[in-house]
Amino acid sequence: MTTADVVPTLPTPPAAGGTGTQPPARRRARPSPTERRERNAALRFISPWIVGFLVFTAWPIVYSAYLSLTDYDVINDPTFVGLENYREMAQDPKVALSLWNTLVYTAVQVPLYTVVALALALLLNQAGRSAGFFRTAFFVPKMTPPVAVGVLLLLLFNGQYGIVNEVLSWFGVQGPSWTTDQDWIKPGLVLISLWTVGAAVIILLAALRNVPNDLYDAARVDGAGFWRRTRAVTVPMISGALFFVVVVNTIAGFQMFTEAYSAYFGAGNSTYRNDAALFYVIYLFQEGFQELHMGYASALAWLLFVVIMLVTLVQLLVSRRLVYYEGEQR
Amino acid sequence: MTTAPSFPRPAVSGPGASPDPAAGTPAAQGPPPPPPHLPRGTGRGPRRRWARAVLVAALVLATVAFVYPLLWLLSASFKPRAEVFDNRLVPRTFTLDNYVTVWQEAPLALWLGNTVVVTVLAAGLVTVSSALVAWGFAFFRFRGRGPLFGLVLATMMLPGAVTMIPTFLIWNQLGLVGTNVPLWAGNLFASAFYVFLLRQFFLGLPREPFEAARLDGANNWQMFWRIAVPLCRPALVLTLLFEAQASWTDLMRPLIYLQDSSTFTIPRGLKALIDQFGPGGESQWEIVVTASVITTLPMILLFFVGQRHFVEGVATTGSKG
Repeated sequence: MTTADVVPTLPTPPAAGGTGTQPPARRRARPSPTERRERNAALRFISPWIVGFLVFTAWPIVYSAYLSLTDYDVINDPTFVGLENYREMAQDPKVALSLWNTLVYTAVQVPLYTVVALALALLLNQAGRSAGFFRTAFFVPKMTPPVAVGVLLLLLFNGQYGIVNEVLSWFGVQGPSWTTDQDWIKPGLVLISLWTVGAAVIILLAALRNVPNDLYDAARVDGAGFWRRTRAVTVPMISGALFFVVVVNTIAGFQMFTEAYSAYFGAGNSTYRNDAALFYVIYLFQEGFQELHMGYASALAWLLFVVIMLVTLVQLLVSRRLVYYEGEQR
Repeated sequence: MTTAPSFPRPAVSGPGASPDPAAGTPAAQGPPPPPPHLPRGTGRGPRRRWARAVLVAALVLATVAFVYPLLWLLSASFKPRAEVFDNRLVPRTFTLDNYVTVWQEAPLALWLGNTVVVTVLAAGLVTVSSALVAWGFAFFRFRGRGPLFGLVLATMMLPGAVTMIPTFLIWNQLGLVGTNVPLWAGNLFASAFYVFLLRQFFLGLPREPFEAARLDGANNWQMFWRIAVPLCRPALVLTLLFEAQASWTDLMRPLIYLQDSSTFTIPRGLKALIDQFGPGGESQWEIVVTASVITTLPMILLFFVGQRHFVEGVATTGSKG
């Protein structure tokens, strides 16, 4: 039923695997008519994905690798320039800037987002019967289209009239110009991203509810207080879900586009500085689809791909040490 | 979450899942032996009541933070320009003028119509195609199934930015840039995430009805369509809802593929209005606000229609990671 179940029953070709010690193959090496019929039926069902994979994944990967070695403006044929695009990237200040912006944003947003999601999930887990209502309330912002989230960012975080600064002023704090001060644009984007934390809260809450109660009882008997129980029981027991939230958000953070683009870029926004909101995918989009530097943009895409893969790989390696999966779950 | 326990949890091979049950590391992370004497509150009654009060206060505060921006937006859409930023929840002057103005300034009906067409096609097609593919992986046994499914999962890890440009060039080659076809036609070919999700549901089905149907002479298609699909309706609805949301709210692909205002989807239209009336533009925020409400409201409605599916669906996606 799963990969693990299938592999052992695969027939071994007698010619290759005929080392007397092996048990006799249960089936013949050649697929029987039944097996062939089964396989063909499966392939018919799977064929939409196979076609899509070849046309919209495999080919684009190969082709974008080639394009990254060319100059291409869509109108004229691509001209081969070798590694020129990559050399140019190394000197392009906007590559460094957008990469920096993206790294800073992701490095701040992901931990904060995860901690807030965990805190809210812990609250909900204590809420008893009313959890359903609050869970709904927390999730609703997630339905807001990101382009409208960008609008909300500009309005709520407006330095002069915004409600965020009004609330801050109740406590005697003079809020910054969130949307125009270059130092405060990214913090504003991070904060508004916390508004759509609802989905992660639900994921973590589901994980919390799977933690066996006797673990808490045992911890309580041993005299562990709330914080101690959270640190020693809860976090390890839901580390799988936490890891999922971290990985998914990191990948999303590196591809941050819509909220920042909606608020700070576009036809009307060329009049004031938006350097602090120039995220990598925004720069990629500008180069590819506004400047029509398709070759250069492909090279940019490859750098992003490599960065995301490396970061995900590191996270996977770290998770092997930190993440606890229950035996029966895996 | 009522459905969650019925899912099998198969050992998924692929990136994202790194089964590591045998390693000794978890023990190090497990509950360490607590110190023998931790101070502990004794007066249970009043302490608990206090804890309860703090909990409720925190929950209410969080709820306000989550819901208020949407109410603010809705309220502002009924205010005249001078009062948009007054941060009052109930408008001092209640007016519907903004809706009239937006309707006159922008081809909203057209944009909404375009978005409905794209959303329905995108959600419908991806549900059908992903269900077919998921069934192919769930029901049949064939050599190479494991590696092939691993490949499906691997594509989930591929950042969309990598394939963005060649994909554009394909649609450009076909002369379809400028139409809404690139916004939904890719969904004919299934999506790895939904294949994964639906396969989990299909794997949870009992095998007996299918054996019985096969004995009765049903073919593969009939078994899929007449038995598997009806049994997995909740999962299919979930796929429809998820993709409807993704498709409705997408801005990037409309930015790439649509040039003429008459072909815009509603988020792309809203972006055009932000450019025209927002910062750096004419600063007529009431128009931007009202258009934002019109863009967002259908999603809020969708959520309340499919609330249970959304919440349970999101909960299960995490447990499968």
